[in-house]
Amino acid sequence: MKDKLIIDDTKFGFIPRAKPVYKAEPGLTRKIIEEISYFKEEPDWMRELRLKSLQIYNEIHEPRFGVDVSNLDMSRIVAYIKPGALKATSWEDVPGEIKEVFEKLGIPEAERKALSGVGAQYDSEIVYRNIQRKMEKLGVIFLDMESAVRKYPDLVRRYFMKLVPPTDHKYAALHGAIWSGGTFLYVPANVKIPMPLQAYFLMSSPGMGQFEHTIIVAEEGSEVTFIEGCSAPRYNILNLHAGMVEIYVERGAKVKYMTIQNWSKNTYNLNTKRALVEEGGFMSWISGSFGSGKTMLYPATILKGKGASSESISITYAGEKQHLDTGSKMIHLAPHTNSVIQARSISMKGGWTFYRGLLKIGKNAEKSKATVSCTALMLDNESKSDTLPIMEIHNGEVDVGHEARVGRISEEQIFYLMTRGLSESEARSFIVKGFIEPVVKELPLEYAVELYKFIEMEIESSIG
Amino acid sequence: MLLDIKNLKARTRESRKEILKGVDLKIDSGEIHVIMGPNGSGKSTLANVIMGNPKYEVTEGEILFERNSIMDLSTDKRAKLGIFLAFQNPLEIPGVKFSQFLVSSYRNLHGEDKTIFELNEEIEKLAHRVSFDENHLGRYINVGFSGGEKKKGEILQARFLKPKLVILDEIDSGLDVDSVKTVSSMIEEMAEEGIAFILITHYRRILNFVKPDVVHIYLDGRIVESGGIELADLIEEKGYSVVKRSETR
Repeated sequence: MKDKLIIDDTKFGFIPRAKPVYKAEPGLTRKIIEEISYFKEEPDWMRELRLKSLQIYNEIHEPRFGVDVSNLDMSRIVAYIKPGALKATSWEDVPGEIKEVFEKLGIPEAERKALSGVGAQYDSEIVYRNIQRKMEKLGVIFLDMESAVRKYPDLVRRYFMKLVPPTDHKYAALHGAIWSGGTFLYVPANVKIPMPLQAYFLMSSPGMGQFEHTIIVAEEGSEVTFIEGCSAPRYNILNLHAGMVEIYVERGAKVKYMTIQNWSKNTYNLNTKRALVEEGGFMSWISGSFGSGKTMLYPATILKGKGASSESISITYAGEKQHLDTGSKMIHLAPHTNSVIQARSISMKGGWTFYRGLLKIGKNAEKSKATVSCTALMLDNESKSDTLPIMEIHNGEVDVGHEARVGRISEEQIFYLMTRGLSESEARSFIVKGFIEPVVKELPLEYAVELYKFIEMEIESSIG
Repeated sequence: MLLDIKNLKARTRESRKEILKGVDLKIDSGEIHVIMGPNGSGKSTLANVIMGNPKYEVTEGEILFERNSIMDLSTDKRAKLGIFLAFQNPLEIPGVKFSQFLVSSYRNLHGEDKTIFELNEEIEKLAHRVSFDENHLGRYINVGFSGGEKKKGEILQARFLKPKLVILDEIDSGLDVDSVKTVSSMIEEMAEEGIAFILITHYRRILNFVKPDVVHIYLDGRIVESGGIELADLIEEKGYSVVKRSETR
């Protein structure tokens, strides 16, 4: 493919007469928000939601736990989100280290540009159209969120920020005010989608996916697997990713949501994910967090209906200058509900992982079962790891299992493996792969392969 | 000369405590050397220093393997030259299958000269030979292995990985008599093929089954006396104090 950067305004969902913006105003104002809403041709309720969110954002405090956000540069974000401010950073601006990794991973040229936010994902458009056709036949709505808001305003309104209201926390409010992009996926009753759907298919314009909003509604008896992100690093032109995912799992439906997050290290990744599961439904979260400088992410499942169940499987990796604060939340509100949390954290080169999880069993959740296992491995003496698995159990008739461990890689283990001819980096990656093995075996094969490749690369670079 | 250790002194890197205080040892291919000494005399440290454990630093002396100094080589490079250490306490590596580990190790040491199928067949045969429970091959490295099973796993590796020099650190502890016999016959067989052995032990038991070429008495960081099997008999009968006295005389 010819190596040319095409910027097509219409793809951003802005009307073409949008004037370029030359200077940024200091903060987020009503005017900016109204402009965004106007250019996106949104219904009134959405504009109102944005404005209300903005007000909440300005009123509430920063989260009182988690990562340090004092260096977050709001003015840059404001400049970026203004209509007409083109997301046209050039390939030359993408840091060399990121290009190097693309090279090593053998990522195709066009994909590299999309991942670094400077080009559109051309190839995926064809794939996307094919999938669209298939989905239409099944009666599935699979659209980017902007189009969904325009095409199905009443349907979207029933779900949009109903599970995570803007009052939830400061970055939920920010998201409500400035969200753009994302996916709307509506699966009608008893439809089982045969292949995993990827958010990637909808990433049709550069820089999309910084404040994306994703809604999945799985009607009674339906099944779907959704994949967000990929293990290749994604360069964030901005330094903030504040997306939101809301998933509605109706009676007996099954939803699997997989994420691999590898934002560039300048990124603050403050993401909110929540699922509501009705009777007999099943929700599965599979999350890999490797990138970003600072992350706060706690995928949550509310087990609302009798017999609902959920699993949350995660791998968090923090390397040099990274602080990743992650954890799973399970909230049991009905009898006979089940949940499983499996978390593995790895820190090296001074990285810091913090597991912050919640298991809550409500007073009506008798005969429920939950297991929490969170273990952390530190690869050197500079790295840090904490675990804070909180449990609130309000019913005596439940079965709860719990395991939390933090350990450091032992030099004797490395020596043992090296006496068998493995190099130091091979020995280390053996141990790390072994540590995450119980989690990796839950992943699709290509994810596992990419993950291993990533770990080997990180370890090699740390030994040098 | 396969291994030639000259006046080797070493200490722990952390506490700088001297543990090897001038070890001299020469070993030829196919020879079986026994190093006997009381607990805490530094026998395991000698094995670790030969293998290049970064926990220790050499302060004086030299280790030559096939006439070349190996002092600057990392542990894996020493393994590639053909030195193998069977651990007194083999380490557990959760999440990595034992058989997969054996194959990776073999490939690291010898390259691609055999197919996975051939290697696995060989591993199974060896497992049977040392009565190593075959189910353990599919388990994680040493995780949930009994003490005896760990030791059998070590000797299985020593055979499978085809080294030139095998250091067995207390291989006999934790093994029942039948297993000691099996291990001993394997040692004899390998020695006949030209593989050299350093057998570190503080029991005489294994010497009922293995015929050593040299017995060394090791006390407080040094080899204080070397001789034949009669030396082991003497220790068994009278204890290490016999040698201590002869040393001071």
